[in-house]
Order: sequence, then structure tokens, then C-alpha cells
Amino acid sequence: MITIVDYGAGNISSVKKALEHLGATVQVTSDPGIVAAAKKIAVPGVGHFSRCEALSNHLRESILAAIARGVPFLGICVGMQWLFEGSTEAPETPGAGIFRGQCSRFPEDVKSPHVGWNRIEPRAGSRLLRGIENGAFVYYTHSFRAPVIEHTAACTRYGGAFSAAVERENVYGVQFHPEKSGATGLKILENFCEL
Amino acid sequence: MNSEGLTRRIIACLDVDAGRVVKGTQFKELRDAGDPPALARLHASAGADEIVLLDITATAEARQTLLETVRRTAKELFIPFTVGGGIRTLEDAAKIFDAGADKVTINSAAVATPELIGQIAGRFGSQAVIVAIDARRGTASAEQAEVWVAGGRKPTGKRAVEWASQAEECGAGEILLTSMDRDGTGLGFDCELTAAVAAVVSIPVIASGGAGNTQHFADVFAGGCADAALAASIFHFGTHAVAALKQDLLRAGIPMRWPC
Repeated sequence: MITIVDYGAGNISSVKKALEHLGATVQVTSDPGIVAAAKKIAVPGVGHFSRCEALSNHLRESILAAIARGVPFLGICVGMQWLFEGSTEAPETPGAGIFRGQCSRFPEDVKSPHVGWNRIEPRAGSRLLRGIENGAFVYYTHSFRAPVIEHTAACTRYGGAFSAAVERENVYGVQFHPEKSGATGLKILENFCEL
Repeated sequence: MNSEGLTRRIIACLDVDAGRVVKGTQFKELRDAGDPPALARLHASAGADEIVLLDITATAEARQTLLETVRRTAKELFIPFTVGGGIRTLEDAAKIFDAGADKVTINSAAVATPELIGQIAGRFGSQAVIVAIDARRGTASAEQAEVWVAGGRKPTGKRAVEWASQAEECGAGEILLTSMDRDGTGLGFDCELTAAVAAVVSIPVIASGGAGNTQHFADVFAGGCADAALAASIFHFGTHAVAALKQDLLRAGIPMRWPC
């Protein structure tokens, strides 16, 4: 059972649909009690970092408690950015601080938002990206990105390198949309289902 | 521009009427080309980067987009899926998203009520809102191209370049620009019009209308500065499958997602 956290940040149906296509049982909830008891958690997200306010308020403790129990956690797009300390997009909204660093806007020399298909360069040994080839294409749509850090599991280059995926023990995040990245994305979600 | 690995996108468009895919020549004559979910999957497996479903008669007949068609099409599609036609309110858009679309295009309703762009963007994010612009210029300059609404039946007096810029300010995430002069002709995209709009916005511009061969795509990506190009009929009738097109474009030096 994968618990998708619904915190009011737009559309979550495509993530649910992709996980169900892979044979997973999925529940969608905004109830902190259910999140705290989850066996596997996915936090999708699109749009503005300030939407993470709900995550940072009443859902924060439940999510962090589940993570501390070793529950596999996958943050997608803004759901991944939330794992960092914060974002210059909404400085008043704190992130979870599981990964060091701040998310920030793309430099001026590239078009923003970064929309479309770009390559990922996975780090060897990533569990989430097992079986994904170097240079595989994934779908992005975002204006802010996370820095490359010690726990970066894959980079993408657009206005310099940024974290396409992060991975630290049972905590995973992807900036791209695996539910919209064709066969490559489904493989990544399948890896998460099998953790 | 330091865009590095970002590819240009090939978008397959399904023009849908009464739950069936059709394609008009300059929005009039229609030929039946099949079932939306089957065609969407076919294009996705051939390498299309996105699928757009446009309910082309929705606005003219004041009819809601067929949610069931959207739901069936979204079910087995794992690439970006956009739906347009007949979306007039935030509630209309919400139903489309609920049926499984990732983005909506709004056209006539955005012209009539530009605040709608911000309303949808506020709830679903800017990335989910594409403002579709149908433009016609005849022999006038690209800067003077005029916006038409109601499925290309009604002129507005607005200039396409100005409207595109205003749409971006209102919160649009992308612009879908259709040349009415070229639509259905197979004579090539209007590269001058596309470049004129791309020059005034920082959001991606999807060029549409006039695709007939590989060179037309190469031209609109290079000279037209398009981030993506959309076509319908050349894919549906087998004139040029997506896979062959993408390989040709790669050889022409255009960055493409290939193999898929």
C-alpha cells in the first residue's frame, strides 16, 4: 500500500494512475494519522513552493515520524524540493531539511520555466534509478531547482547542473515527473514500488 | 542559450468531435481518423513527446468537452496530456484535470476573461495552463497578426504578440500558437509569426498549423524559435510517423528525445 499525501497542491491523479498501472494499491489522504501509520509514502506536487505550507504545518511531524521509522518516501517535483531546507520561491515556508541547501530559480541565461524532456545522469548504486541508463530522458516542468549535493542521485543540465534526483537511505526525491516520463518514468516508479 | 540537454518537443494533436478524432482543413472539412485512446497510445509509443486533445466543436456549439473521452485517453497514457476546447470556467478546468489531464488549453474564454488564466494557474499551477491563440495575418506582418476566437470564426481586434505577452503576465505556462493561414494546408508553419511571439514571452511557444514535411519542423525550431511543434493530420494518415520525423530531425541537428 502506497499512501499519497494530498496537501492541496494541484493534481495528484496522474501519480495515482501510474502507480495503480504498476499494480500498486494506493490510498490518497490528507489525514496526519494515516500518514504517520503509512508503509510507503509519495508526495507529488506541482506549482509554487508556498503550497508546501500544509506539509510544513500539520503533516510535517507525521511524515518525519514515518521517515524515522524507515518508511520509503518519494517526493516528486515540489515534493522533492520540500525535502531541502527551503526555496527562494517562498522564503517564509520552511522545508523538511532532510537534505542540505536551498532551492533557487534558474539563471537568467536560460528560459524559465524548464519545460520538456531532458537527460538524467544517474549515480551508480542508486536504488531508485536502478536499471536507468545514463542519458535517459525524463519530463520536467519547473522554474526552481535544487542544488547538486552529496546525496544527489542524478543530475540534469539546464543552466548548469541541478539535482534531478536525491536519495538518502529511505528518502527519495525526483524533480522530474516520473508519472509523465514514459517507460523510463514507469521503471523508476516500479523501483519505488519494489523497495 | 545554455539549454544543454533540453529537447524540442513533437506534440501529436487529436482533434476530437463527438468522441472521435477528426482533422479539418482550415477548420472546415473533417475526415474521421479514429478512436482517441487508441491513437494517443499509438503516437506515444511511436515517440510523441506529448498528446493534445482538442474538442474542436466545443466552443461553437457551447458544449462541454467529453469528459469520458478524456478519462479513457488518460487512463493508459504516461506522457504529458493536454485537453482543450469549451473550457470556460475554473470548474470546467477542474473537471478536465479530475478526468486525468495534466494541462488545459484555454482560448476564447481566456480572451473574454483573462482572469481565468490566473484562476486556473492559482489552483493547478502555471504549468497546467496553456493559452491557445488562433492567429490570422494574411499578407500583413507577423506583428500585426490578429487573434480569432470561437474556433476561428470571430475576429477580436487583438494582436497575437500583445495577447501572448498579456497571457504570460496573467499566469499562462505555455502558448499554443496556431496559424489559421497555414492550418491544414501542409505548406509549413508560420515561422515569422512563431518567432515574433517567442520574442515577446519567456514561456515556451508551441507552433501549430501547416506541418507538411520534416523540413517544416526543422524550420520552425530553427528560424521560428519554437520550443515545441504540434501537428495532427500528418501523423493520423501515415504521411509521416512520429518516429521517422524525430530521427530525421535529429540528423538535421535538432535536439530530440530519441530513442524513447
